[in-house]
Amino acid sequence: MRSALAIALVLAALLPLPWLVHSDFWINLAIMALYYGFLGQAWNLLGGYGGQFSFGHAAFFGTGAYTSAVLQVSLGVDPWLCLALAGAAGGLTGALIGALSFRYGLRGSYFALVTLAFAEVFRILANSVAFTGAGVGLLIPLKESAANFQFPSKAGFYLVILALNGLGLLSAWWIENSRFGARLLAVRENEEAAQALGVDAFRTKLAAITLSGALTALGGTFYAQYFLYIDPAIAYGPGVSVEALLVPIIGGLGTLFGPLLGSAALQLVNQLAGIVMGDAPGLNLVLYGAILVLMIMFMPNGLFGLARLSSRRLIGRTA
Amino acid sequence: MMLALEGVSRSFGGLLAVAEVGFTLAQGSITALVGPNGAGKTTLFNLITGFLVPDGGRILFEGRDITGMPPERIAALGLVRTFQIVQPFARLSVRENIAVGAHLRLASRRAALAFAAEIAERVGIAHQLDQPAGTLTVAARKRLELARALATGPRLLLLDEVMAGLNPRELDEIAAVIRGIRAGGVTLLLIEHVMRAVMSLSERVLVLNDGALIAEGPPAEIAADPRVITAYLGAGAAERMLKERARA
Repeated sequence: MRSALAIALVLAALLPLPWLVHSDFWINLAIMALYYGFLGQAWNLLGGYGGQFSFGHAAFFGTGAYTSAVLQVSLGVDPWLCLALAGAAGGLTGALIGALSFRYGLRGSYFALVTLAFAEVFRILANSVAFTGAGVGLLIPLKESAANFQFPSKAGFYLVILALNGLGLLSAWWIENSRFGARLLAVRENEEAAQALGVDAFRTKLAAITLSGALTALGGTFYAQYFLYIDPAIAYGPGVSVEALLVPIIGGLGTLFGPLLGSAALQLVNQLAGIVMGDAPGLNLVLYGAILVLMIMFMPNGLFGLARLSSRRLIGRTA
Repeated sequence: MMLALEGVSRSFGGLLAVAEVGFTLAQGSITALVGPNGAGKTTLFNLITGFLVPDGGRILFEGRDITGMPPERIAALGLVRTFQIVQPFARLSVRENIAVGAHLRLASRRAALAFAAEIAERVGIAHQLDQPAGTLTVAARKRLELARALATGPRLLLLDEVMAGLNPRELDEIAAVIRGIRAGGVTLLLIEHVMRAVMSLSERVLVLNDGALIAEGPPAEIAADPRVITAYLGAGAAERMLKERARA
């Protein structure tokens, strides 16, 4: 119950930000931090809580982005309805990839490689068929109105991504406080021991990847609506897959606020790097790689783990 | 009949690990499965609990054919095992570990956590409920293994060397716990190397050697059986012991 209160407090504290900060630059930064935090949380449900490291979350992200873009551009479907359909499509993609890889007992690096391969296959498909706009990509026509999921001010997008974060946090909270979550954690820790206690490891992992895929696809729709343009490299390229796993690893795997914390930290590092190193393309990726290696070597529990550790030490000293 | 095995076999490559094993366990009984290292005891447990599929034979649990069923379905039916090499969920607390077992029958998180505390009390690890399982001593991990299995509400419990590596005082404590479980109506089959425990706990002993069942009977009878002595100590030692016994 304490963590439910913490979620409510964090969301309430973040809510008025666009009316307090009047710089578009900072609001954009906050939107990006929340956006990557949400993608990270979606990945965290499967990777952090479930221990199944996916390297191909772009498969879900891209499916979400393309579902809404294609339905809007070629069939004129309402963008808000597209958001829901994208979630369903992402969940279905998750179930499909999960069923194929978990049925054959793929774990660890094998699972990571298979997910990476799926994302690449989707990228190549999106590049070669006509209805995705192929290599040219898809441009969503500009029609600014809240009903059209295209807000005239950034505040609207901020509220949407904050709401999505609420959904992500609630999902994580549910995992921490339910039978399903207890089983997912047990499977992460030791699959055989979990099975011996009556846990259906296959179904548990399948449910986790379906949920993770659905949420990631919602992030894909948000991206499409915010930038109004997607192409195969953006939607299905490895960039999204890396960002989605980087953020929770930096923030703290399998923790409630880890992804959000990691995302905020990464956005700040990104800005600082831009100031120090200029706009040379690809430099931020070099930096991400270095940070990832350092985090895994020296802080395997992430920033959240560090915060918890130091607070425990502090309490230990005063006691 | 709680459990019945009919001609169960399993080989790995050219090695016949379990050969045509057949036995039955009566409801409420407590039976020990003994045999030298490599006799196939753990393989037999894996076959009964669905972690391995037999090449031949049938396994019936309460009259129902469970041959080839996946482990989680067998556990859900009420046939639960522990592992010889303890497998704690290391980063979860003792309470959360036991609750995973309790969730087999209880959907509510609150009820499962409360039941976990109750079970911990019975098994004697109540004072460690909030400790991460990875930090427990070997003796405590064995108790945790037992507690998790017990929390699933089993009708037949297969215990794989829950007493190995314990000191005499710990042995007596866990033997008392096992007697308590049995008094609660649970049928027990235990793999055990600690002979003192086998003698004092079990009513019946099954002896496995080279994958085959070579003897069964009450503990005292089994301890004197020349086939069993041969299996453990070799033919020469068995002859010498029999001669000495005849002389005495």
